[in-house]
Amino acid sequence: MSSTSKSPWILHYDASSCNGCDIEVLACLTPLYDAERFGVINTGDPKQADIFLITGSVNDQNKNVVRQLYDQMPEPKVVVAVGICACNGGIFRDCYNILGGADTVIPVDVYVPGCAARPESIIDGIVKGVAVLEEKRALMKKEGRK
Amino acid sequence: MGKRTIVPFGPQHPALPEPIHLDLELEDETVVRAVPSIGYVHRGLEKLVEQRDYQQMTYIMERVCGICSFGHGWGYVGAVEGLMKVEVPERAETLRLVFHELSRVHSHLLWLGLLADGMGFDSLFMQCWRIRERVLDIFESVTGGRVIVSFCRVGGVQCDVTPEQVAKIISVCDEIEDEIRKTGLVFINDTSVKNRLRGIGYISKEDAMELCAVGPTARGSGVNNDVRDFTPSYKALGFEPVLYDEGDCLARCRVRIDELMQSLDLIRNGLRNLPEGEWRVPVKGNPPEGEYAFRIEQPRGEAFYYVKGNGTKNLDRARVRTPTNINIPAMVRMLQGCSLQDVSMIVITIDPCISCTER
Repeated sequence: MSSTSKSPWILHYDASSCNGCDIEVLACLTPLYDAERFGVINTGDPKQADIFLITGSVNDQNKNVVRQLYDQMPEPKVVVAVGICACNGGIFRDCYNILGGADTVIPVDVYVPGCAARPESIIDGIVKGVAVLEEKRALMKKEGRK
Repeated sequence: MGKRTIVPFGPQHPALPEPIHLDLELEDETVVRAVPSIGYVHRGLEKLVEQRDYQQMTYIMERVCGICSFGHGWGYVGAVEGLMKVEVPERAETLRLVFHELSRVHSHLLWLGLLADGMGFDSLFMQCWRIRERVLDIFESVTGGRVIVSFCRVGGVQCDVTPEQVAKIISVCDEIEDEIRKTGLVFINDTSVKNRLRGIGYISKEDAMELCAVGPTARGSGVNNDVRDFTPSYKALGFEPVLYDEGDCLARCRVRIDELMQSLDLIRNGLRNLPEGEWRVPVKGNPPEGEYAFRIEQPRGEAFYYVKGNGTKNLDRARVRTPTNINIPAMVRMLQGCSLQDVSMIVITIDPCISCTER
């Protein structure tokens, strides 16, 4: 297990969520759930992040922002879609300004359901994301990219 | 005079979990002009009213914003009840009031935490959010949801509250009151917090009134526009608006700390005087033709709800006027002449809720 997998750094972006999932993402880091004890650190900088937590669905205005944030993250990287809106648009899927889930713009590795997603399931999603991160790292090593 | 530079703030910024974009026009380190641009969270959920019936729309309106979710549910339901002339039982009204104040406690604690996080005071951020979890536990034990509670229904509330739950809520309020007082004193007395907040982001009473500021942003400048002050059910529980005259970031912070204490009093008074009887009445038929407007005081300020019925199960129009949207001109005024490092503090002290703003 590499050091990144022991302490994955997280980038959080609110695409067009209602805030419900965003405050639950933050609640994961605060004393009751305290994901920091597993080495999870919330960073505002995409260039230092390993896991991209995206909440909310994608619209025309923010799809480029999401794409840019994803492109700025170094390889290997994992995308975790938090909440039903990020998975497929959820309750807002019929709105005129919603393109769909996060996977319409960037490849998503882990889907976390819920409206709003509970902190337990978000932490579960991050743990599953770490496993995917490890797989991607092994693949990169095998192909001689790192 | 120095050269003018433009520095972008957001949409992805460490100070705020939500996307708002500001173009900051700088002269050396001083902000000369701030140009906000929004639209990153726009979903267009008001349009969904044409596809969903008026009962289903309750759930969509609750998701205007996840932080003040309860208030949006109440506002919409109150407007529809006014349109359909439904008499809501007193018990349901009091339960709504209590849960609205509980959501204010959770929202203000969340905001205090974000403020501390914004100035890099991480232990204070953690303390505020630790206290807040107690409120979320109450929501979860009564309604099953932590942030989006779906408690309001047209005609009353989703479920009744048992006497044990009432006793539990009162005891939790007593416990967190002491903790909030201690944590609040840090915001008021700590030198490093005061240095970040005092005298920063000043807005005068005249400006606040002219720019139609609402909520704690206005009350920090001495403008009393608290909707609760004009609501009989709140006045019956002994509500008095919290006002400060300084008009800076510290004043807005103190308004919210005092409101926390007051909300806890309102919750306990409401629960001790909880009327017996029905908590939900059956609602028959469709909303008739006509229109109705309803307003409530959200944690961030006055929110205004408008519904228009056409006799079918779908409404013609449901509109929300949200507090953050109204506070943006006041925020732009505060940003003029501030220094670059104070921008995040000023943006946070209006308690921006971008998903409310853009819906």
